Amino acid sequence: MMRVPSFAYHAPRSLDEAAQLLREHGPAARVIAGGTDLVPNMKRRQQTPAVLISLRRVDELRRVERDADGTLSIGAGLTLTRVAALAELAAGQRALMLAASKVATPHIRNVGTLGGNLCLDTRCNYYNQNHEWRQAIGFCMKAPRGEAVEKVAEPSPVCWVATSSPRCWAVSSSDCAPALLALGAEVTLASADSKRRIPLAELYADDGMAYLTKRRDEIVAAIHLPPYPAGQRSTYHKVRRRGAFDFPVLGVGASLTLDDAGRVVKAALALGAVASRPLRVDTSELVGHELDDARIEAFARAAARPAKPLDNTDFHMSWRKKMCQITIATALRELGA
Amino acid sequence: MSDLRIIGKPRRRVDGRAKVTGQTRFADDLFLPRMLHCRLLRSPHPHAAIRAVQTARAEAAPGVKLVLTGAHFPIAYGILPVSQDEHPLQPDKVRHVGDPVAAVIADSEEQAAAALALIDVDYEPLTTISSPEEALAIDTPRIHDYAQCGNQHKRVALAFGDVDAALQDAAHVFEDVFFFQGNTHLPIEQHAALAAVDENGKLVLWSATQTPHYVHRAAARALDMPAHEIRVIACPNGGGFGGKTDPFNHEIVVAKAALLLGRPVKICLNREEVFYCHRGRHPVLMRFRTGVDADGYIVGMDLETLLDGGAYGSYGVASTFYTGALQTVTYDIPRYRFRGCRTFTNKPACGPKRGHGTPQPRFGQEVQLDKIAQALGKDPADLRLQQIVKAESLTANFLTIGTIGLRQCIEKVVAGSGWRERYGKLPEGRGLGLACSSYLTGAGLPIYWNKMPHSGVQLRLDRLGAVTAFCGATEVGQGSDDVLAACVAEVLGIAPADIHLVTGATDITPVDLGSYSSRVTLMMGNAAIEAAERARELLAKAVAAKLEIPATRISFADRRVFDVEDPESGVDFAEACVLAEVAFGTLGTVGSYTPPRSPARFKGGGVGPSPTYSYTAAVVEVEVDPETGWITVPKVWIGHDVGRALNPTLVRGQVEGSVYMGLGEALMEEQRFRRLPEKLSSAAVHKQPSMLEYKSPTTLEMPDVVTYLVEDPDPRGPFGAKEAGQGPLLPIMPAVANAVFDAVGVRIDETPITPEKIVAALAAKHKGEAPRVGPARFPEIDWPEPVNVAPPWEGGDGKEVPR
Ligand SMILES: Cc1cc2nc3c(=O)[nH]c(=O)nc-3n(C[C@H](O)[C@H](O)[C@H](O)COP(=O)(O)OP(=O)(O)OC[C@H]3O[C@@H](n4cnc5c(N)ncnc54)[C@H](O)[C@@H]3O)c2cc1C
Ligand code: SF4
Repeated sequence: MMRVPSFAYHAPRSLDEAAQLLREHGPAARVIAGGTDLVPNMKRRQQTPAVLISLRRVDELRRVERDADGTLSIGAGLTLTRVAALAELAAGQRALMLAASKVATPHIRNVGTLGGNLCLDTRCNYYNQNHEWRQAIGFCMKAPRGEAVEKVAEPSPVCWVATSSPRCWAVSSSDCAPALLALGAEVTLASADSKRRIPLAELYADDGMAYLTKRRDEIVAAIHLPPYPAGQRSTYHKVRRRGAFDFPVLGVGASLTLDDAGRVVKAALALGAVASRPLRVDTSELVGHELDDARIEAFARAAARPAKPLDNTDFHMSWRKKMCQITIATALRELGA
Repeated sequence: MSDLRIIGKPRRRVDGRAKVTGQTRFADDLFLPRMLHCRLLRSPHPHAAIRAVQTARAEAAPGVKLVLTGAHFPIAYGILPVSQDEHPLQPDKVRHVGDPVAAVIADSEEQAAAALALIDVDYEPLTTISSPEEALAIDTPRIHDYAQCGNQHKRVALAFGDVDAALQDAAHVFEDVFFFQGNTHLPIEQHAALAAVDENGKLVLWSATQTPHYVHRAAARALDMPAHEIRVIACPNGGGFGGKTDPFNHEIVVAKAALLLGRPVKICLNREEVFYCHRGRHPVLMRFRTGVDADGYIVGMDLETLLDGGAYGSYGVASTFYTGALQTVTYDIPRYRFRGCRTFTNKPACGPKRGHGTPQPRFGQEVQLDKIAQALGKDPADLRLQQIVKAESLTANFLTIGTIGLRQCIEKVVAGSGWRERYGKLPEGRGLGLACSSYLTGAGLPIYWNKMPHSGVQLRLDRLGAVTAFCGATEVGQGSDDVLAACVAEVLGIAPADIHLVTGATDITPVDLGSYSSRVTLMMGNAAIEAAERARELLAKAVAAKLEIPATRISFADRRVFDVEDPESGVDFAEACVLAEVAFGTLGTVGSYTPPRSPARFKGGGVGPSPTYSYTAAVVEVEVDPETGWITVPKVWIGHDVGRALNPTLVRGQVEGSVYMGLGEALMEEQRFRRLPEKLSSAAVHKQPSMLEYKSPTTLEMPDVVTYLVEDPDPRGPFGAKEAGQGPLLPIMPAVANAVFDAVGVRIDETPITPEKIVAALAAKHKGEAPRVGPARFPEIDWPEPVNVAPPWEGGDGKEVPR
């Protein structure tokens, strides 16, 4: 059996305490929520934090609150099983319920959290392998050798996906991130001395290695969903080989509001698993128009263009590219119906 | 037979309760006092010479008790006598990424793993041979010096009648090239083994193995020890499917370590290592040339196969013969030629997986028949029905057909699926496909040449009425323990659960060759019946004496032994045992089974013969999205000729499990390798050695399955039973391919049949090109002259006809 490397474990009871510990232990420390992403990575020696700060006992991370302006705030520590069943989302924000319900398997959703899902490590077939396997290919840029992610990197070997590329193309594989982008979400980042709230889109960078913009000592505390126009509908479509377990090879989150005449008042769309970050799609072309087939097709064709599937996930990249256009159109048809 | 009380009734299996309540103890559940842990250092190179191995630093590491290297294991072993090409740890050369080079035994698994990093191995990389095509082209370096030629492990050629003439005279000749991708068994239980030296100084090896007897032989050889000083105990397997039928390096390593240290040593492989053990389905490229007359009757078939064998022999020579052995067992093929070539490549060794070597050509044969039916305007079901082989006949290659229920199987699935009304008439995107198959009920010959029985059962009856059945057969999840109990219970008139079972322990159970080749039910079952009938005779005599009636009037049922003419008069079973022990002394009987001698007397005729064959027909329904190529399988109808279902619950389980595994092979499973750009790296690694990325269906993908059990008892089987564990897998893959053609009119002539391939074939179709995805050509191979045998109807006697 693959075993985790040894580590020190802290289980603070408040967010403040967690943030303090994180600051205190510096780069050697990491927070652990459900551990469903982190623990396998530790077994494979991609991440070998000497100190784990657990968020399990931090009750304030599991709150669900409605703010005065109607914003819904969801604690980052809520499990995906609970997110998938949040009645507050059922009307216009169903996309998040759907996305959460399609992550992994029931067992994993029972422990995996929304915050962990947003911070999920980027994925690549050359990277999500154990240490011996990666040794056999001479490692790659994202994890040059065992434990290197946590330490100062050695001179980087190549990226096997694009051997002349100076960067890593590992794939953002969170299901909830594109759904939340389509709902206009923001996140609160808490550290020992500050709290800031940023649009979720700004949490991500287009880089397979440094895929989060937040500082190492910041904890994702809450996810905020702004109020939305009456009549908004939203959805999430996921493409993957099997009906359970599998990470997305494509995620499409979409929200849409139509006026009485069937014209688009507001639309938002985001793609997951086609780049190193979740991709927002410009929807201005749709606003003010009816959603007829021709418009949907034209929009989907253009919207799929920035998607850049590479040969580092399941399925052929050309088929995944083709699926972008088809799935975007399917999602819009569903919402426009 | 009509008054059978246990046989034929659906029953909860004897080991069911223990399994579902977690009581079954698998190899990794075993813990012994003072037990140490072992981990293996594996090669990061696909092909390299080992110059030196330095272990001093590892030996000094915390907790480390022993470090072993190839130098400790000078003797090679292997499952087949003709391929003794494996070492527990490689002494001088590694042949695939994952090949073990050294072992560390330490107090904890963590310490053992940590110390591996302290072993320095000096490798000299060699040219990597990563495909059969490369193996044909590159003669040096050789992966094994004993290969028949260059990197061609084995070439075989057999001809039964003048096939060239048959094809020349045929009304139509169909030539097709197919590729069947390699895939692996994916048992839920990873291989594990524990070795210890017992209080009498004997070595005990517990292992997750399907073949304790062969492990026993290999261990004695590789450890250079007398076999009587070794006890091998097969633990119940958490799935095997053929993946635990070879003796494995880790078993011999822990055995050696336990001997050297005098302490128990355990290893449990991780999932990646299970992918390196492999022995799974060979990737096979094949060319079929089939001649038919104007009505679609086959007049001759010429088959060539090219196997990607991986780095070791394993069962590969047998696998190679199997790719050509069973074509003749389903439909009449008057003349037949088969040529096969297995290559060595720098990948984990292929071997036997459920269906062993036969699903690949079965895929080609059944898809080609679909094409023939389409070309001749015939219904694929009728084309098959018109040429089913005859019961109790000989095939062109001298295989003896027993009973055959294939016609009923086809009729059942045709009726159940509404084939006549729906095939070819469903709306675009929906389709039905049909395919048939047959499979061995046990290989007629053992792995090593001998004339002894293939299975033995020993019964012990005590004076309290307890019955214990001993047999070397191994419970791998298929239900062999249940079959053993059921056969004995039926004969002795007691309940299966009354019987104590001791199986798979080489020190106490009579030899059974193991759980492979669908042999256990028939062979162990017959041995069990023989042993039980001998016991029954003793009991009957003793009870008859007491009742003062002839022994022929004695009957056994409901735990009583009584007078059939006066059922009230009799004794209970325990009393009968007492009477018999008084009369005859301590009660024990044995039974054994040896398969009939095959009429095939030519070289290469040892692979294919079986006491009898099972038959299967399946109809698969598919839905294909023409835009995305996405395939769903809503329903499968499958008819299986099992001779007699000893326990229908188990047979259905085997049939449904086969459908499940078959759909995985048809739609997604691939043992694929990644070759990095050669100018940057020599790496050739398994592409996805994990349960997450090696895609295999989940319960969500499992369709409705309608199972028809066709029972045409074969007198050669116990109570008429034939096999059920492997045959039902075979028709699934071609039936899926044929259904895809019915749905969207494209041919996917290779597995797996994926959305990408369907989209590509549809794109070709729209451009007016051949609507097909599949291999373009079969390479030129320098075939030897075939062993020439005249078919029975051309006066052949099963022997080679000199040219
Ligand atoms: C077999 C399998 C299948 C999977 N399938 C999917 C899938 O289909 N879709 C999908 O999206 N995911 C999938 N996952 C990944 C994972 O289970 C989920 O993304 C889950 O939501 C992660 O949450 P967690 O709480 O377990 O995160 P953890 O593993 O605890 O943490 C993940 C990362 O986020 C950091 N982190 C966690 N919480 C916070 C926080 N509040 N603030 C800052 N950093 C934080 C951790 O330090 C770590 O780096 C799968 C995992 C497995 C093992
Ligand atoms: S994209 Fe390139 S650098 Fe990033 S993980 Fe994959 S192979 Fe490594």
